Amino acid sequence: MAEEKERPRTIEAVGTAPFEMALGPTWTRFFEGIKEEKIFGTRCKKCGRVLVPARPFCPRCFEPMEEWVEVAQEGTIVTWSYIDYTYFGLEDDMIPVVPATIKLDGTDTSWWGVIGGFDIKDFDLVAKKVKVGGRVKAVWRKEKRGCVQDIEYWKVIE
Amino acid sequence: MSGKYKLIKEKYRFEIEDFKFPEKEYKTGRHDTVLPYHWALGKTWTRFFDGLREEKILGTRCKNCNKVLVPARTFCPRCYEDMEEWVEVGPEGTVDTWCLVDYKYYGQIKEPPYIIAQIRLDGADCGLTHFIGGFDLSDPDKVRGKIKTGTRVNVVWSKEKHADIYDIAYFEPVK
Amino acid sequence: MGRAVGIIGTGQTKHGRRDDVSYPDLVREAVNAAFEDAGITPEDIDGVVFGSMPSMMEGMAYNHFYFADAMRAVGKPILRAETCGSTGQSIAHTGVHWVSSGMADIVLVVGSEKQHEGDAQATMMTILEPFLQLSAGGAPVAFSMQSREWMGYYHIAEEKAREAAAIISVDCHNAGANNPLAHIRKRFTKEEVMNAPIITYPVRLLDVCPSSDGACAVIFASEEKAKKICETPAWVKGMGFRGEEYFIGDSSKAVWQSAIEASREAYKQAGITNPRKELDVAEIYNPFSYQELMFLECLGLCPLGKAADYVIDGVFSPGGELSCDPSGGVLCTNPIGATGLIRLAEAAMQVTGKAGSRQIEGAKLALSHAMGGAEQFNGVTIVGSEL
Repeated sequence: MAEEKERPRTIEAVGTAPFEMALGPTWTRFFEGIKEEKIFGTRCKKCGRVLVPARPFCPRCFEPMEEWVEVAQEGTIVTWSYIDYTYFGLEDDMIPVVPATIKLDGTDTSWWGVIGGFDIKDFDLVAKKVKVGGRVKAVWRKEKRGCVQDIEYWKVIE
Repeated sequence: MSGKYKLIKEKYRFEIEDFKFPEKEYKTGRHDTVLPYHWALGKTWTRFFDGLREEKILGTRCKNCNKVLVPARTFCPRCYEDMEEWVEVGPEGTVDTWCLVDYKYYGQIKEPPYIIAQIRLDGADCGLTHFIGGFDLSDPDKVRGKIKTGTRVNVVWSKEKHADIYDIAYFEPVK
Repeated sequence: MGRAVGIIGTGQTKHGRRDDVSYPDLVREAVNAAFEDAGITPEDIDGVVFGSMPSMMEGMAYNHFYFADAMRAVGKPILRAETCGSTGQSIAHTGVHWVSSGMADIVLVVGSEKQHEGDAQATMMTILEPFLQLSAGGAPVAFSMQSREWMGYYHIAEEKAREAAAIISVDCHNAGANNPLAHIRKRFTKEEVMNAPIITYPVRLLDVCPSSDGACAVIFASEEKAKKICETPAWVKGMGFRGEEYFIGDSSKAVWQSAIEASREAYKQAGITNPRKELDVAEIYNPFSYQELMFLECLGLCPLGKAADYVIDGVFSPGGELSCDPSGGVLCTNPIGATGLIRLAEAAMQVTGKAGSRQIEGAKLALSHAMGGAEQFNGVTIVGSEL
């Protein structure tokens, strides 16, 4: 049969779904803080941990986390990576990028961020400057939208 | 629309429908999910869609229960036997059930109003999901008078064919 | 635990790029193979459990609807379970629970993914909400960062970790070349792996799994039925599954608690006290070679922080103390929703002497494992040749 000789066929399509996430009181307040260049966490009254971003309840103790704490904008790198390939949603001019998780001083969790402020196209330089345990500091965008991207990048403290 | 969507739009060359959520009293974050995919037809559906391009509706017969299913299937969902005997069905058929869609929502496949129906094509042992059209759908009462369970319909082919399910434009009541 | 449960049949597709078949046809290929292996008919099945990655991976929101026909589920109870990468272990556990509880005597469990139909990274990017944690790049980034965290936590020199990861990649690719069903069947040298381009530091191109199309089916039966139907069932000896918090930074991923606890639970049930000595085979979920190093530690197969040394010493290489991933592992085949179940199917094949070209001689006790979510879940199932 002719169709058996044909290359296997596919139909290309795109599925889309609009998504609107309710922030709730905790994350509304957290993002209002971000707009004012403040990073807020909340403290669990049972285990005493401070978590960032602020949480409505402690994921281990299940207690409400009602004590708000403005945390430091400096912290320690827990881990990092270096993305040097493009895929869905990323274009050539968006890479390379240095994602990291950062444990802000006085907090008990690490939080995702992007390290920048120097020529990250040079991997050897990145590997020299960015270390697990290294210190970083938040650099804010001038124009804020009340989202995590308002922190433009984390700058390595030499 | 954020930069990310512009990039995806250009890469995959499609339009994202502009969707506005109702106003809310509480704060929200907005992020539309976009997922491109390539649906593999396999041998059976390749032949089925090629049939549509040639204005033929093809089903396959189960050698065990003898039922003809359309769209054509690789195997019988009840007997699990391979369905290798090809059968042309229709082009006329009978309405099993139908629904008039008369409101607009996100991701709709056609501009309302339209009728989506289950049509049992002559020679087939199951319903095929497709549109009924070809007449004025603006008055639900008139539509109700015209379309009933058991109404006979006939296929209307799209002029331009792409070897997909829309090669059938719709089914219209037999005059 | 309830009633004893045995695996009486397994089936897999040829994995790889499978544009030649529709998705239901692919699922059916694995289901047919499992029925053939077990020598039973669909009438014997009391229920069907299905799993895949989060729906929309392949454009279909409810793909277990789509595959009901292909899984012979018409007229039977059907359930979908999903925990991202660990889906394969979750659905296996669900099937075992159905049988051990007495709700069913024989259950078919099917996992599948057809990643060339969807955009795997596009789906990965929807796994986290995008507002509170910067999802900087899907799975490779998350797991590369976990690897870097592990290296930093234990002060493992980069060159040492890189060499150990390369040994794992070489061993897996050699094994994959030996597995007729594997997606990647190409051998590489240690130097090629170590010098491959960086994808997401520290992970290099040949440290990464492929994106595969494939399905796996496993049939579980009660002790009574298994003994009647099957000469050599693989008996489920122990199972463990653990989850963690949603926010990745809330717990250490270098000392991965969910992997540690899931495996300890399974060992306890199986009566295993020294897993490296007692196990004959381990099928570890290793989409990235570095992650296998962490798993060797967290699954208790070597001391914490010492995996690189053990791997470099050849402890987990062919002919070493414990054979790991004789199937070629996830590094050679990764249809994600099937992957965790393939680990179990391969473990079952090993302890029943059905593993063909990849058989580890005399294997009696085997571990299978999968991890999932944004470093959130771990599941372990241990099977043995003796009840």
